[in-house]
Amino acid sequence: MTETSGVAKTDNGGACTGAPWKDPSQKPFIELQSLSKRFGSFAAVDNISLKIYRGELFTILGGSGCGKSTLLRMLAGFEKPSAGRILIDGTDITETPPYDRPVNMMFQSYAVFPHMSVEQNVAYGLKKEKLPKGEIAQRVHEMLELVQLPDLARRKPNQLSGGQRQRVALARALIKRPKVLLLDEPLAALDKKLREQTQFELMNLQDQLGITFVVVTHDQEEAMTLATRIAVMEAGRFVQIGTPSEVYEFPHNRFIADFFGKINAFDATVIACDGETLTARLDNDDTQIRTRHAPPLEPGTRCVIGVRPEKLLISTQAPTQEGYTVTRGVVEDLAYYGNRSLYRVRSRSGQVIQVSAQNYQRSAELLLEWDDEVFLSWDSSCSVVLTQ
Amino acid sequence: MTMVVNPGKRDRLWRSFVIATPYLWLVLFFLVPFAIVLKISFADPTVAQPPFTPFFDWSAGAGHKILATLDNYRFLLEDQLYLVSYLKSIKIALISTVLCLLLGFPMAYAIALTPYPWRNLLLLLVILPFWTSFLLRVYAWMVMLGKQGLINNLLISIGLIDRPLQMLYTDGAVYLGIVYTYVPFMILPLYATLEKLDLDLHEAAADLGARPLHVFRDVTLPLAMPGIIAGCLLVFIPALGEFVIPALLGGLDSLMIGRTLYDEFFVNRDWPLASAVAVVLLLILILPIMLFQRLQRETDT
Amino acid sequence: MRRSSTFLYSMLCFGYAFLYIPILVLMVYSFNNARLATVWGGFSTRWYSALLENSQILDAALLSLEIALVSATVATGLGTLAALGLNRMGRYRGRTVFTGMIAAPLVMPEVITGLSLLLLFVSLQELTGWPGSRGANTITIAHITFSMAYVAVIVQSRLAAMDQSLEEAAMDLGGRPYAVTLDITLPLIAPAMAAGWLLSFTLSLDDLVIASFTSGAGASTLPMVIFSKVKLGVTPEINALATIIIGIVTVGVVIAGWTMLRQQRQLANQQAR
Repeated sequence: MTETSGVAKTDNGGACTGAPWKDPSQKPFIELQSLSKRFGSFAAVDNISLKIYRGELFTILGGSGCGKSTLLRMLAGFEKPSAGRILIDGTDITETPPYDRPVNMMFQSYAVFPHMSVEQNVAYGLKKEKLPKGEIAQRVHEMLELVQLPDLARRKPNQLSGGQRQRVALARALIKRPKVLLLDEPLAALDKKLREQTQFELMNLQDQLGITFVVVTHDQEEAMTLATRIAVMEAGRFVQIGTPSEVYEFPHNRFIADFFGKINAFDATVIACDGETLTARLDNDDTQIRTRHAPPLEPGTRCVIGVRPEKLLISTQAPTQEGYTVTRGVVEDLAYYGNRSLYRVRSRSGQVIQVSAQNYQRSAELLLEWDDEVFLSWDSSCSVVLTQ
Repeated sequence: MTMVVNPGKRDRLWRSFVIATPYLWLVLFFLVPFAIVLKISFADPTVAQPPFTPFFDWSAGAGHKILATLDNYRFLLEDQLYLVSYLKSIKIALISTVLCLLLGFPMAYAIALTPYPWRNLLLLLVILPFWTSFLLRVYAWMVMLGKQGLINNLLISIGLIDRPLQMLYTDGAVYLGIVYTYVPFMILPLYATLEKLDLDLHEAAADLGARPLHVFRDVTLPLAMPGIIAGCLLVFIPALGEFVIPALLGGLDSLMIGRTLYDEFFVNRDWPLASAVAVVLLLILILPIMLFQRLQRETDT
Repeated sequence: MRRSSTFLYSMLCFGYAFLYIPILVLMVYSFNNARLATVWGGFSTRWYSALLENSQILDAALLSLEIALVSATVATGLGTLAALGLNRMGRYRGRTVFTGMIAAPLVMPEVITGLSLLLLFVSLQELTGWPGSRGANTITIAHITFSMAYVAVIVQSRLAAMDQSLEEAAMDLGGRPYAVTLDITLPLIAPAMAAGWLLSFTLSLDDLVIASFTSGAGASTLPMVIFSKVKLGVTPEINALATIIIGIVTVGVVIAGWTMLRQQRQLANQQAR
């Protein structure tokens, strides 16, 4: 299918392999330099710098009003930055109007032109390039094949389903062979079932065409499954940039940790820190926590240590594993989900700790009940020090 | 919309064309004429053509300086005729507005309660008169109200009266004409707000023990307030300056200000005085107009 | 609740009777053979024949149609540009004044609009020699000025309701601003422009006051002729004229309403499929 697709592959071809962001010799494909956008005294985007590499599927994640849409609109050229520069493939496009940028966008509302047929919608961009009619027809045909809409070429948008409209919007943007495709909440308007399917189609398409995607979304699940890297945005700034597993496993702070699922956070005081392992004592409790992922902190410093619920082991007998942190508590609440169970355990310090346990055995020998005394334990590599 | 990042020269030209063409038209044919009215209202009338003294003397060597006089405005205050005209216009416009509301509200409410597709038909019937000649609709009342008109004939034939009543050329006929002409302006905004009004609210209020009249007072009326204000302004503003209705249906003494201005201009040919009358009329209208525009902005956002 | 709805519906019936009985009476009397309304002199179309022979009325009708066609067309163009200028061009100096100027003609008493425009034409004449004589040209300009305000308001509300990302998408795909306006915006606001044109056309045909002010000695529009006749009392020829005009308008509105309803149904059917 790639052979007949009208979209040229970029030189590098395919999605990025490895991790170009870790390789200092790699040249960034999109570069934002101290980019800001202020509306009056309010900074929607506040001095952001970012490097995105060729073939990445880069996701900007944040709640509403965090500035992610403004950032995307600056990339597309609909908003003029108050300060800073935007470079794509080494060219400064800060001053380039949207119609001259090598960037196309898929809008959240899809913005399919209601008065044009599917065919005319997809052809619009090429017509504006004043390409010969024959070539336009050829490329439109190929593009409609690629997004699996060849039979609907003459339909009007009001005769299409939501998913079909999304494909038209995608085809219309891709046919321009952009260097970068911007996607504004690409899946938000689809129902849940269609969303999962479309998600994989998008990833395949990106893989095939090798176009760099920048996706804006408020949905962390969408971001996790789609992205090569995620930038978490809050109040106009990036609070963390990393691969999905990095932001999940090693969130920089409480906000990010809470954003991606649940986390148990323990207030503690540092006892020792030897560079690799940090030991801390929980407040109101003499349990010592050891964690391997920590910035160097002086003994006596207050810190927050986070452990995800699925990293905890729950047992009625004291665990024997080496290097595990162990604390005790009473089962206060439990919920059975079939594949797993969720426990809420009150520790001796009074804190409620959440535990998610896989039910890997049928009628597990460990049948916990309310008010059971339990041991909670986790490996020191599973906890992380949160800065806030 | 979008502030396009650095448009090219052609694009800037297009933008200037879109903005400047209607802008210049309005400056030339709306703003400047206004300034001229203001200017002439401070001039003296003469028997020349045009019949007013110039502000500046264009002809060379006449040795005129800037001539401005407040005489016209002073005259407006001194001559009872104008004060009476203004007050009478305000009175007629106010009373007609209330009458429109009394007729328009139940109509709008009944339309909003009617199910589709009948509702569309009823609305169409309200709008239809808009598209037919206003002048001819006012004229139709001359046929109805005249000494030998339909109503007098009817009343005589059923024996209620022996001699025809004087209905045409009275203030009553003017009220009737204004209500008749402007009641659609009242119905439409009222309908627009009443339509959006959730009828469940009524049931909720009734459920809580409110009697129909109380439901109306406590729920319907407050929620319909924006529509009531918009409708009242839409009737009051044009009614105040109305010319055709008093001219055709009103008596010789029913001097509404629009008619006074018209006569001052065409009959007495006192252009400066007519201008002064216009300026004062506009001053009276500024408050309701600003209120209306604020209301519009609020509904826009 | 039942008592109150009885009241509401009787008011509704009364209201429609109030709105339509005078018109119906007028139409019936247009076929009255007698000159006076007192007696029904039998059915006749004599006033229609008299109307067709009245060259003053016919000339005025033609002049009015001409003015209405030209002014509605120009007003639709200018009003649409104004709406675009207010809604799609971002910020610029004088925008607030512009907003005010566009809305003002809607609420301006006709006598003031007429008076001010006449004074403008007189002053212009003194200064530049143009317009040489007042008539169709000056009436047309006056009608354009107040009609464009109506067009601007109608088109603006359509623009405000329109999804702006449609235009952004077109620009994103390489359409320059003027191309985006032509390719996307205009086709989508065309119904609003058509409505604006129709309204302008009707307003122009209907206007008496502004035309009286801005016209010169020679030119009389249809409303001016009607006014001069009916000022003196009931005129059977005018009854006939009214019947014709109301007939045309009713047929037009019914056809327009019917097509709109059919389009809506088609759209609903398509979406249901």
